[in-house]
Amino acid sequence: MREAPALRLTIDVGSILRVAVAPACPDLVTRPTGRAVRKAIEARIARAVRAPSVSLIDFTHVRILDFSCADEVVAKLLARYQRHDRPREAFFLFRAVGDIHLHAVEQVLGRHGLAAVCDLGAGYDLLGSVTAEERTAWRALELRGRIGPGRLAVELGERGVPVIRELAGRRLAWYCSTAGACAISAMARNP
Amino acid sequence: MRVIEVPPSLDYRNVEDLCSRAGAAGAGPVLFDARRLRWIDPNGMLLLLAAGEVAARSGTAPRISLPAAQDVTDYLDRMGFHQAASSIFRSGVGRRRRPRQASDVLLEITPVTTNSDVHDVVDRVQARAGAILSRTLHYPASAVVQFSVILSEVCQNIIEHAEAPGWVAAQAYNWRKRLGRHVAVIAVSDLGCGFRASLEAEHAARFGDRWGDATALEAAFLLGLTRFADTGRGQGIQQIRKQVGRWNGILSIRSGTVRIADTPDWSSRPPLEEGLTHFPGSQINIILPERAG
Repeated sequence: MREAPALRLTIDVGSILRVAVAPACPDLVTRPTGRAVRKAIEARIARAVRAPSVSLIDFTHVRILDFSCADEVVAKLLARYQRHDRPREAFFLFRAVGDIHLHAVEQVLGRHGLAAVCDLGAGYDLLGSVTAEERTAWRALELRGRIGPGRLAVELGERGVPVIRELAGRRLAWYCSTAGACAISAMARNP
Repeated sequence: MRVIEVPPSLDYRNVEDLCSRAGAAGAGPVLFDARRLRWIDPNGMLLLLAAGEVAARSGTAPRISLPAAQDVTDYLDRMGFHQAASSIFRSGVGRRRRPRQASDVLLEITPVTTNSDVHDVVDRVQARAGAILSRTLHYPASAVVQFSVILSEVCQNIIEHAEAPGWVAAQAYNWRKRLGRHVAVIAVSDLGCGFRASLEAEHAARFGDRWGDATALEAAFLLGLTRFADTGRGQGIQQIRKQVGRWNGILSIRSGTVRIADTPDWSSRPPLEEGLTHFPGSQINIILPERAG
């Protein structure tokens, strides 16, 4: 994908947890555990052969996710790669944020004023702090996958471009004035 | 020898009785006389351990006379009291060997010193809590996750904020007379620095003359303040409050001379109690009632 070239990384959090932190333990609990897992994810992204990357952070094999770990593995990870001094160009998708993880993830995102693209079981959706306008634009982009620069205003309305820019600043979409916009999930599907 | 009589019933409602007796001035060896004890919950057990540990700081390990009633002693044994007490009290405990798989105990008295202890606590309650929460308290199957998260967060409070070891214990009871329902009781206690000292360096100045035990507890409990500047900190207690509230339960924290609580309509406890006997460290009490209807 020339417009939004991205390397897809699938990161199994349960596997990181067992290898790096607590063998035979599927529970992502305590802040030091969350911090260790986040650092392992960051190391994986740093080793990626090219950037930007889209990391699919997969919680499928995590049994319990407490607030301290959600804060480290979701909120702090997103916050770090949103900053202008981020170590690399990286985007994130979160998978298997089912009922057992949903509450903790939602709460920590809200606390930090962040949002994340999450697979809630019925496709991707936005979780966390987003305005109605952002959600509408994000859903339209998610539905289409990609929208060329000439079609943005047509597809998303007059406010479409500035809102997509804001979403891109929050790493919830990819945007380039010459190439248009791309949903993060589309980047992951077609690297 | 100073004799501290343990009341016949020792649970979250009257732990202050023992606190004030243990906190009374006095030097020399101490004997905790628990021979007349007939009823005790996890809050009472952890307070006995804490009071013993405080007494031991005077230089002489305290003694304890165990309950005369065999069923109470057996229950204490199943809850792991003797094992926990054997390193604190000089005699009367430690001879018993608790079976590793206690069938009816939700969570035996467990020391919390490191993060791996928290992992261990969460892992152990997974198998036991599910049945108690769903069959006895009639909570949805997913409640075991929230219950585990609550335990994780309260135990982390010891490690991150108390800077001292602590204990956690939990058990389910049938409060037939008191409430007409079953409840699960979670108790957490430590003899660390307490909420006031934990928050002092970061927050005392902004409260000025108002700073004290009550202000510190209110700041942590109501506002989610912690000694860490990090925005992500302080969520644990706030989230526990929300979840316990959803289950119509009690959450109280006792530290220094104050207890603060979220109390449901079935409890007559006030939301704030001041002027209590000084307790070094903190005690957290959570009571989750069976779902009505």
